Amino acid sequence: MAEISLIHYLMVAAILFTLGAVGIFLNRKNVITILMCIELMLLAVNINMAAFSSFHGHITGQIFAMFILTVAAAEAAIGLAILVVYFRNRGSIAVEDINMMKG
Amino acid sequence: MITPLFFYLFAIMTVLSGLMVIISRNPVHSVLFLILSFFNSAGLFVLLGAEFLAMLLVVVYVGAVAVLFLFVVMMLDINIDEMRQGFKQHLPLGLIVGLVLIVELMLVFNHDVSHANILATQVTETRSNTAMIGDVLYTEYLLNFQIAGLILLVAMIGAIALTMRHREGVKRQSISLQNSRRRDETIAVVSVESHVAPNVLKDSRAANKKLQ
Amino acid sequence: MISAIVFLPLLGAIGAGISVFLKRDDLGYVFSLTGVVLSMLLGWFAFIQMAIPGIEQTVFLANWINVGSFNVDWALRYDALTAVMVIVVTTVSAMVHIYSVGYMSHDPSKPRFMAYLGLFTFAMLMLVTADNLVQLFFGWEGVGVASYLLIGFWYQRPSAHEAAMKAFVVNRVGDFGFALGIFAVFHLTGSVQLDYIFQEVPSLVESHIVIFGQALPALEVAGILLFIGAMGKSAQLGLHTWLPDAMEGPTPVSALIHAATMVTAGVFLVCRLSPLLEFAPITRDLITIVGAMTAIFAATIGMTQFDIKRVIAYSTCSQLGYMFFAAGVSAYPAAMFHLTTHAFFKALLFLGAGSVIHAMSDEQDMRNMGGIWYKIPFTYVMMWIGSLALAGVPFFAGYYSKDMILEAAWGAHTPVGNFAWYLGIVAAFLTAFYSWRLLMMTFHGKTRASKEVFAHVHESPLVMTIPLFILAIGAVLSGWLFYDLFVGHHWHDFWGHAIFIQPDNTIMEDAHHVPKWVKLMPLYVSVSGIGLAIIIYTMMPSVADNVARIFRPVHQLFYRKWYFDEIYHAVFVRPAVEIGRFFWIRGDKATIDGFGPDGITAMVGRFSHFCGRLQSGYVFHYAFAMLIGVIVLLAWYLRSL
Repeated sequence: MAEISLIHYLMVAAILFTLGAVGIFLNRKNVITILMCIELMLLAVNINMAAFSSFHGHITGQIFAMFILTVAAAEAAIGLAILVVYFRNRGSIAVEDINMMKG
Repeated sequence: MITPLFFYLFAIMTVLSGLMVIISRNPVHSVLFLILSFFNSAGLFVLLGAEFLAMLLVVVYVGAVAVLFLFVVMMLDINIDEMRQGFKQHLPLGLIVGLVLIVELMLVFNHDVSHANILATQVTETRSNTAMIGDVLYTEYLLNFQIAGLILLVAMIGAIALTMRHREGVKRQSISLQNSRRRDETIAVVSVESHVAPNVLKDSRAANKKLQ
Repeated sequence: MISAIVFLPLLGAIGAGISVFLKRDDLGYVFSLTGVVLSMLLGWFAFIQMAIPGIEQTVFLANWINVGSFNVDWALRYDALTAVMVIVVTTVSAMVHIYSVGYMSHDPSKPRFMAYLGLFTFAMLMLVTADNLVQLFFGWEGVGVASYLLIGFWYQRPSAHEAAMKAFVVNRVGDFGFALGIFAVFHLTGSVQLDYIFQEVPSLVESHIVIFGQALPALEVAGILLFIGAMGKSAQLGLHTWLPDAMEGPTPVSALIHAATMVTAGVFLVCRLSPLLEFAPITRDLITIVGAMTAIFAATIGMTQFDIKRVIAYSTCSQLGYMFFAAGVSAYPAAMFHLTTHAFFKALLFLGAGSVIHAMSDEQDMRNMGGIWYKIPFTYVMMWIGSLALAGVPFFAGYYSKDMILEAAWGAHTPVGNFAWYLGIVAAFLTAFYSWRLLMMTFHGKTRASKEVFAHVHESPLVMTIPLFILAIGAVLSGWLFYDLFVGHHWHDFWGHAIFIQPDNTIMEDAHHVPKWVKLMPLYVSVSGIGLAIIIYTMMPSVADNVARIFRPVHQLFYRKWYFDEIYHAVFVRPAVEIGRFFWIRGDKATIDGFGPDGITAMVGRFSHFCGRLQSGYVFHYAFAMLIGVIVLLAWYLRSL
């Protein structure tokens, strides 16, 4: 495989995305892991965007990758803020203890 | 020759770090692996010719977001405990779902990606990546840019509003209060005799008492 | 005129029914009595004017069913057979109506009773004047309904309505056979009209019906099925269980329906179908055997019973057996003759028993009676007349008809006929015995009734004794009067086309030429039965109890009605109830309700529980669900690949 084509980048992004998705579900430790997995998924999407932008010769992909970056940062900030407040109130961030919304 | 080598290096490191993020027991290790993952994908971006984006990734993601993660991890009292039992139980289901997801994504990419087997465009003759981004960011995508700024503003206010709390017994300044103080509330002029005996001072004490 | 005879009782019944709503008892009496008495007078008039000279008539009323090739009319047929039945039915019915005025005087629902009686009379008259099998079936069902209504007249009593249900259901079994027989006849001949059928019968002798893969002789099949209907209605062995329980109804009902008219419908049917049965020898042998066995079976039970009405009921069952085995050996005129005389003396016995019950303040158990003959002399004499007629003492009605039957059985010279004769003789002995047992226990000896009841014993009012008197005249004279006409050497002149006996079957003649000892045998056994009963029950009452104790198993067998009720209950009733319960619980509740209303509500509940559990409260569960959704969507859109 001498030539690196688009498909390679896309596969990397796919694997990373899956890792993130599965990580959310399999995680049993704490909630921060969930947030980190979300960051992984967003990273995968970014790689996709950049790869497409590069191979199709269009700059739009990179612009939107930037915007995704922005939103990811904002979301991480808010998510962590919520986490901190929750920890203040509940005293624990173990995943299995967060089920007050049980139906 | 070099490009594929570096690609595989960066790609494998990214994936492995991502895996370690999930598997690590120590949450601090998880964050550090996340940082590693970010760095390696920045490398991938450079290979793609999007060096501005790569630097952005390092500065924003690693420098801000991941550090924020570290702050929170260290601030919260998180026990380094083993995986709880649920992990083993759900592992098969998670693996299956993951595999299905990967297969589907492969199918999509194989089909839809038509003939773009061209190599990544290098920096064009005339303009660098940064310049190309700058060309469109403030013209075509102005609205998006401004809204992104607004999003950041809202996030900042939101984060502060969520986490701020008033503590009892902490002395602080209230600038507006200080600025709105009037002279007649604060200062009283009292005539005091000099070279007078203590009982005379008594008067001045009484006079002082009136002012309080 | 024929129409008037048939429909007058119906009008009377309707009038009585209306007076139920008007709450006027006297009006009810007027309507019903007028209808029935007029009908009776017209019946006798028609008999004398038309039947004796041999005039036959068919009155067409209306078209009933016209479906494809199936054509049935409402038509009234009047021939000798009809004439005899008409006078029997109307006379006994009129007497019972008059008697009921007195007997039911304390009852709160008098007009309803009269209405039901009129309804019954109408249905019975429809039955006997029917020109085709379907109309006959209409009358058949009608008397069944009226019987149900009358047996369960005091419907608040649980024993009464259970007995009414039992009568109806057992009748139903017989009716099922009857209906199948009608279908078979229609299948064979293409019509249900009697004349047409009888024309076609000789050509059907060799034909077969295929049932369950077996080819059976067609006429035999039809004959047996129709006889099953007769068995149900006339309480023959096997379908007899309803008759004793039918005594739950008021005594006039027992007299009318279960002595003289409804139960004789079966005999009438067999005689009416004589042109068909003459070509079905196996059926006739079956009829003879069943009839003879019923005769003796019922007599053995009647010997042991203590309820006065039940003894008479079993006596009826036994006498019906006589009539059937006479018909079975082709002596249809003898059967009809005995039917006529039996109607008179059995109705007399029932109404007399009713008089006794009325006198004893509604006591029916003979063990609590005794020593009242001088207090109610008229009733006593009436009962003696009835019993003498029943036992076949010379010059009373029963002597002529019963002896004729036994002579015919002997004169048939067939193994079946001889079997019937032996059983008939033994039954005659038992008949005489239990009739005098009844008389002695009820009227003689030291009284076993309580002081108040004994003091209150009084003779019945005139409105009850006059019908008794009239019936007594019939019981005494009807035998001698009708002997030559019905069964004499010129019997064919009277019966004409109504009864058909094959020309080479000389049973009626042979019956008159049996040896002398055969003719005298019934007399011997009757007299000895009477004597034995008188000796035991007046002079040595303890002998009866000792015999019952020594032969305890035999006595129990007879007393418990040969355990027929218990056997039927175990074989038919319990399984039917169990099957019904099974289908109710498993089929209806579990399956239909389970998949239907109950099942759907439970399923909705369970489904909503399941959906509730999806709200686990764990965010990563929700995220996972979203992921699965995405995957499924992707898979859906990728399916074209």
